[in-house]
Amino acid sequence: MSEAPSGAPERIVVVGASLAGLSAAHALRGEGFAGSLTLVGDERHAPYDRPPLSKQVLRGLFSPDTTLPRHPDLNAEFRLGTPASSLDLDARTVSLGDGTTLPYDRLLIATGTRARPWPKSDEASLDGVFTLRNRDDATKLSGRLKAGPRRVVLVGGGFIGFEVASTCRDLDIPVTVLVRDGQPLEAALGPRLGGLVGEIARERGVDLRLGAEIERMEAEGGRLTGVTLKGGERIEADIVVAAIGAVRNVEWLEGAGLAADEGGVLCDGYCRVLRQNGDIVPDVFAAGDIARWPNPHQDEALVAVEHWGNARAQAKAAARNMLAGPAAGLARHDHLPDFWSQQFGLTIKLVGLTEGADSLVIAHGSLEERRFVALYGREGRTVAAASIDSARWLPAYAAAIRERAPFPPISDAVDQPRLRIEEP
Amino acid sequence: MKVVVDLNRCQAYAQCIYAAPRHFVLQGREALVYDPSPDEAARAEIERAVQACPVRAITASPDPAGETK
Repeated sequence: MSEAPSGAPERIVVVGASLAGLSAAHALRGEGFAGSLTLVGDERHAPYDRPPLSKQVLRGLFSPDTTLPRHPDLNAEFRLGTPASSLDLDARTVSLGDGTTLPYDRLLIATGTRARPWPKSDEASLDGVFTLRNRDDATKLSGRLKAGPRRVVLVGGGFIGFEVASTCRDLDIPVTVLVRDGQPLEAALGPRLGGLVGEIARERGVDLRLGAEIERMEAEGGRLTGVTLKGGERIEADIVVAAIGAVRNVEWLEGAGLAADEGGVLCDGYCRVLRQNGDIVPDVFAAGDIARWPNPHQDEALVAVEHWGNARAQAKAAARNMLAGPAAGLARHDHLPDFWSQQFGLTIKLVGLTEGADSLVIAHGSLEERRFVALYGREGRTVAAASIDSARWLPAYAAAIRERAPFPPISDAVDQPRLRIEEP
Repeated sequence: MKVVVDLNRCQAYAQCIYAAPRHFVLQGREALVYDPSPDEAARAEIERAVQACPVRAITASPDPAGETK
């Protein structure tokens, strides 16, 4: 098989029919691709939006149908409810769970992640124990919340857990959040702002337990009745939601010869998938939660960015590069990571990566007001900016982060408080 | 119809709320909540909201053929 770029593609297969897959399909048509386009999805639903699932869908506001808009001229074939089962690079085919085989000229791997299951399978299968990733998860959990549970116990200190906790409080359901390590949201926001969100959650009536873990779950007739924490305390609860992270859907790629493991599918800055020896695999690309790629905003560190904005941007870059002829320049995927979260009536936004940050300043507003922009510095450079209810400032700081501006980037503006550099 | 809002982009200018008050709501200062699947009858309102957004964060399309709710 030749490593040289192949001719113009006639058949493109996208494995993964969620945000990244659909965004890529739109971008391929937008770039003028007129050949056959097939999207393969393991869920039976047409591509839908996930962020509302932990918020308005759970709360029962508006429609639970978050199917993503599709261009009327998309003209793609959807193979839904049929997971891909293997990839043959030499034959250039993808096999599906229903036994069919799809040949491709270009392939996009966008199979994303699934919720990390509760590690004890006998407890995971109890009635009342949930994870939240899919539309079906949200529908089931939403129904149970409507029934008025005595208490919901959330396991995990991430955004989904806190969004669900916020929804429970909106519905006046007692809720306990168990965070095993450090402060809530610490991985994304650092201990300082994570601690602030924890404080806000407590004010809104969340029973927040730090350094807390479940020792065992109790059940009667297969139905959850409570949990016992390490240390012996028992909490009566009808529902446990395990929001303990995600697992990448790489199993179907086993044996294909790609550099793919639990950390994701390794690709280069142009979304081209790599072999285990580092060679580029011709005509195979990756995008979204599953892709692990060198991030120019973090000294080319290999990262997988599991955010909505990255899925869209990376899909676009991949689509463009899938269609680039041999002489065309490739589009570098240089998206600055960003995300938002809505909880307890507040909007939290972040641009950049806070990992390794050694300093923090509040550039606008104040923590006391619960309305501010915080900037993160690392080794004298501005690496991230977070806002609570102050989103209009963020684009300016996103530009500073892209430029690797000194930290803090703007320090003498007349509308700023005097900046005090603190620990993140 | 199907609607999605890029909430990374949204800066809570709230123009969609004036344009289509039954389908877009602000909860708090910046938390936009919207109807992802409004009736086809709301098309004019939704399209007004799409056009009114100063940061162009809203995407809407008709229900795909054969998938009307």
